[in-house]
Amino acid sequence: MIVGGGHAAAQLCVSLRQAQWPGRITLVCDEPSVPYHRPPLSKSQLNPGADSSLQLIRPTDFYAKQQVGLRLAQTVRSIDRERRTVDVGQTKLSYDTLVLATGSLNRRPPITGIELPGVFSLRTAADAEALRAQVQNAQHVAVIGAGFIGLEVASALRKIGCNVTVLEMANRVLSRVTSPAVSTYFESLHREHGVALRTGVSISMIQEKEGQLTLLEGDHSLVCRADLIVLGAGARPNDDLARLANLEVNNGILVDEANRTCDPAIYAMGDCCNQFRPLYQTRLRLESVQNATDQAKIIAAAICGLPLPAETLPWFWSDQYDVKLQIAGVSAGYDQCVLRGVAEPGSSFSAWYLNQGRLIAVDAINDPRAYVVASKLILRSARPSLQILADQDRDLKELLLSGTKTYED
Amino acid sequence: MARITYITPDGKQVVVEASGGSLMTAAVQNQVDGIEGECGGVCSCATCHVHVDAAWISRVGPAGDAEAAMLELEDGVNSASRLGCQVPIRPELDGLTVRVVGR
Repeated sequence: MIVGGGHAAAQLCVSLRQAQWPGRITLVCDEPSVPYHRPPLSKSQLNPGADSSLQLIRPTDFYAKQQVGLRLAQTVRSIDRERRTVDVGQTKLSYDTLVLATGSLNRRPPITGIELPGVFSLRTAADAEALRAQVQNAQHVAVIGAGFIGLEVASALRKIGCNVTVLEMANRVLSRVTSPAVSTYFESLHREHGVALRTGVSISMIQEKEGQLTLLEGDHSLVCRADLIVLGAGARPNDDLARLANLEVNNGILVDEANRTCDPAIYAMGDCCNQFRPLYQTRLRLESVQNATDQAKIIAAAICGLPLPAETLPWFWSDQYDVKLQIAGVSAGYDQCVLRGVAEPGSSFSAWYLNQGRLIAVDAINDPRAYVVASKLILRSARPSLQILADQDRDLKELLLSGTKTYED
Repeated sequence: MARITYITPDGKQVVVEASGGSLMTAAVQNQVDGIEGECGGVCSCATCHVHVDAAWISRVGPAGDAEAAMLELEDGVNSASRLGCQVPIRPELDGLTVRVVGR
């Protein structure tokens, strides 16, 4: 039994059946649709002129053909680990193996007035649909939070002609995920596209008068006015159900290398779980399609008694205007950042993050070649030559030769 | 409408009829093994790598710059390599055969 209907849930159905697993699969999901691609919700899906149909991960008839029982628009309220049942309100469903794929939930910053009808957040297809219906009539949109979601929404709304103000509490955009140099690049990019961007602004109150919203900061001084507000203030793991069932939880449901929780009959995967990653020698909770998909493959192997797949590299992408950012690895904890190319709008460049000489992550901006070379190097724990790295006249492929030598720390 | 034949990594032939989308979406909708389309078709993951049948290469056309960069270090890359998500289905591709490279 799978609880949740995102990328991980869909992949687990695919992988179990590909491995010819003969058992019954039930997917319980509180959303009304079969699993769909979530990344477009903050991008193309917001354009009222574009096709609004959801991009399904697998077609609806896949689930019937693969004998996956669907319980859509049903919410699991609790788990009885002793009886191996879940409570879905009307009835209790029993399981042999339970897989939690409950994803993450949007953080709600402590802002007075956050519940006003003109304030939107974005996680589900329904959220995107609600926002899309309103943006057509909005002249001015304020986005609270300059993480990936906030900036992608800003980009999508500038494309359809809204005036956009982005307000970030930290002193730079994307501060949680990237280096100051890359933040500065994205700040310039958004300003060049006409976004009014302000950092170091902490909104404390939203007021509404005749449909017009007013955003106030700290001492209740006026920041800006808007017709609608989009919250992009980050996410937290949706581990409430696991907590209630007394599973071990610490910034996500704790799982082992097979994505098993402390209860051997229960697995967890995707945004909601937290796993030790040998490559980074630390526990990580990742919010990404790649992580959801790869962890589903691990669980499928574990359920089928097959060898677990080799550790994979975390990767992420973001599309803003005509810029594609591709991230290989996780840069947290870097002690050196080397730029290859010039970090300014209109150019392609990459930022290489090292920890004690070992490559741990790369941000590639319109530079897929840097991304693919880095992906290989990071998985090898390579220590690439900094000289080649920083010199754009040298072929990146040389790094694959210079970086093959690895040392045990 | 175009009929596309996919030859999967284990040698199975799967014939698919599609009138829109891409070589990736048509494959995913019809459970063609070896094509995942993890990124949803935005040239970010290279999980839809195919080899275009020699007779069709000129009609399908070459990979774009970003696509070629994504393919460059993939296992099994050659001059017939394309990412399925970057090849829109169009009537002229009726009868096309591609080999799924897989991972």
